[in-house]
Amino acid sequence: MASNTVQKIHKPGASDRGPIFSRLIQFILLVALDIGTAWFLMKLADLGYFPLAAAILIIAIFVNVVLLRKKAYPIRWMLVGLVFMGLFTIYPIVFTVWVAFTNYGESHLITKQQAIDQILNLTYLPETGRAYTWTAFKSSGGEYALWLKDADGNGYLAKPGEPLSQPQPGEAGIGALDGQGIPESIEGYQRLSGILAATDKNLMSIKFGEEGKTIQIRSPMEAAELQPLYKYDPEQDAMINQETGTVYKNLRGMFTSASGQELRPGFVASIKWTNFRDFFISPALRGPIVRLVTWNFGFAFFSLLLNFSLGLAIAILYNDPDFPLKKLIRSLLIIPYTIPALITILIWRGMLNPDIGVVSRVLESLFGWSPPWFTDQWWAKIAILLVNLWLSYPYFMLICSGALQSIPDEIYAAAKVDGASPWQTFWKITLPLLLVAVGPLLIASFTFNFNNFNLIYLFNAGGPPMAGTPTPAGHTDILISYVYNLAFSGSRGVNYGFASAITIIIFFIVGTITLIQFRFTRMWEKVGENV
Amino acid sequence: MSEPISIQPPRKSMRKQRRRSIIVRWIIALFLIFFSIFPVLWVISASLNPTGTLATQQLIPNNPGFGNYRELLNLDQFPFWKWLWNSIKVSSITSVLSLSITTVAAYAFSRFRFRGRQTMLKGILLINVFPGVLALVATFLMVSQIGDVFPFLGLDNHTSLIMVYLGGAMGVNIWLMKGFLDTIPRDIDESAMVEGASDWQIFTRLILPLLRPILIVILILNYIGTYGDFVLARVLLRSNENYTLMVGLQIFAGAQFSQRWGVFAAGALMGALPIMIIYLALQDQIVGGLTQGAVKG
Repeated sequence: MASNTVQKIHKPGASDRGPIFSRLIQFILLVALDIGTAWFLMKLADLGYFPLAAAILIIAIFVNVVLLRKKAYPIRWMLVGLVFMGLFTIYPIVFTVWVAFTNYGESHLITKQQAIDQILNLTYLPETGRAYTWTAFKSSGGEYALWLKDADGNGYLAKPGEPLSQPQPGEAGIGALDGQGIPESIEGYQRLSGILAATDKNLMSIKFGEEGKTIQIRSPMEAAELQPLYKYDPEQDAMINQETGTVYKNLRGMFTSASGQELRPGFVASIKWTNFRDFFISPALRGPIVRLVTWNFGFAFFSLLLNFSLGLAIAILYNDPDFPLKKLIRSLLIIPYTIPALITILIWRGMLNPDIGVVSRVLESLFGWSPPWFTDQWWAKIAILLVNLWLSYPYFMLICSGALQSIPDEIYAAAKVDGASPWQTFWKITLPLLLVAVGPLLIASFTFNFNNFNLIYLFNAGGPPMAGTPTPAGHTDILISYVYNLAFSGSRGVNYGFASAITIIIFFIVGTITLIQFRFTRMWEKVGENV
Repeated sequence: MSEPISIQPPRKSMRKQRRRSIIVRWIIALFLIFFSIFPVLWVISASLNPTGTLATQQLIPNNPGFGNYRELLNLDQFPFWKWLWNSIKVSSITSVLSLSITTVAAYAFSRFRFRGRQTMLKGILLINVFPGVLALVATFLMVSQIGDVFPFLGLDNHTSLIMVYLGGAMGVNIWLMKGFLDTIPRDIDESAMVEGASDWQIFTRLILPLLRPILIVILILNYIGTYGDFVLARVLLRSNENYTLMVGLQIFAGAQFSQRWGVFAAGALMGALPIMIIYLALQDQIVGGLTQGAVKG
């Protein structure tokens, strides 16, 4: 056979030992790859992306182990796939699990260190601090300098990032002083008039002087030496207000005082099981979530029932091999399945449009009434089931007609001899045998519809909205579209933490169904088969 | 058990009954066909309707014309050819690479025995059960972080989109492929091995040609799945000129649905056409793959 074409003589076995030269090249390539990865990791660490860097490090170690250890030879065959899976599927999952136990979301978006840095940047004017009157100067390059005068009439020159100096006229480019003791000119700078300075947008936010003793403009009259308003106390894990002495303790990612005042911004903090607890027992969320989950299961179940029934009915009707134009009928009937779902859903959205869509207009002219497909929750649900029916009955028709042909004719003949009615034949023979064949596909279809985000999101985005829910939810929202709203539509604030927690709950639901499916099909056992 | 069945020539009344049943089934078929192709006909009609709005559309438009198509291809914010090309490019590269990854991995799962093999196979399935929409936040953050180091792997870039798609290559189709490989007798491999062929030679020269039917099915379904995806592309792509067709259509539909209905219909039709043709031309192969459990995308 084709093995004749194989010329090279090789020792049979699992490990493919090439000549030393090619092994050397492989080794050099691996080293080059490692150097590149190390550089990439350093860049990521520089930018502070530690979780991602850790993930890539783990993957890189895995790659090295697989390539260097002879025993891992089979894994080399799937290495590329595993690397992509690790980075783009597993890492996001791990990240999601981590987020589910935090309050990551609106006003908790940054790390604790970033939040502390931002809060420490806040300043205040202490009573003992020194206040000055000021005059602004601006260079042609857009740099600013201040001439400050303290209460005793001493003049100082302040530039951003430099310590305060006390130059005399003639020194450091300082021109002659005017009647109020302000230099007429500073070399390289232009003196700003009061109005120009007052309307200058940048001036107010510039910190003059060296770090820790900065001076900032407070009012048109006054500039003052500012001091950090807060000090961080790592022992108490608290921020202490230097002006009032109030202690703001870290409360779930937000420094909060005893009286409930919060210091913004907050940061990402672990809140343990709170998100999961909220899902199951929060009274505010209970109403919408119970409804969402009920509809989610109902939608998946009725979709499966309707789509499968119609598909099966068609498959049985036209199972007859001699039926005229059978092939043409099939081709026409699978058309809905051949159109990308996004396009189909958008088309149906247009057709069911209550004012101008064709379905509504036809019903209107026939009965003088058409269902409010988008505003009434029950009609919206019916519309979604209808659209889904159109989208997926061809799939069931196809798999059912395939399965029907695999049922041997002798069984039907035997049933006929025993005097079974067609109805009995269907319920006692066709359906059970069919379910054995397509059962796993039905379960897969159930889980697919359970998470059928595209349909819900594109058709009506979960509408009509439920009234009075703490987070936006619609009557036709399923869990996954609800979660998408939580995470991406910022109308009432994003909440990645809660969204991730629900994701994990969905994962467990769907995972359980999948495991049942394997039990059902004994797929697990098949894995072990030594074929 | 039962008495031998006496085979009689069909009587006249039976033939008549059969003809009636065929007529009834044809009538039902006409209803079903109407249900299945009405939306398509309606979109075709919309795309030819010169007034171009949803409200004024009739099934058979007055003065049909190709005005909407001309408008579609000349709109600045609707670079149809560009979007179609993006879609074709991304789907082609993704499906070919993904098929390679799937096939090679499935071969290893089918032919080699190693520790952790079963755990890995089960793990792959369970991992793919995790709802992808939900990993969007993490995926988005990761891609934008990678992009801070390598801009060509960052947001708004087809390379990174393809890479994220490839993250799902180790998916359910590995099972399908492995099942198919398991049916190819190992004697073939062993005889080649005796002659000194390496695993890679056996795989490429002996096994791959035998896999051709299933390769085509998985390739096509993968292509169709990627072509039809919009959620990931919507989140990762930012600029008008980089959109894939599905993202573009969705955004166009969101922006000016009922006023530009005719243009949208023309775009939808032209976008759906390539996939419809693939399906209808290859329906037998695809049906074979579907019944064995292949999945889109």
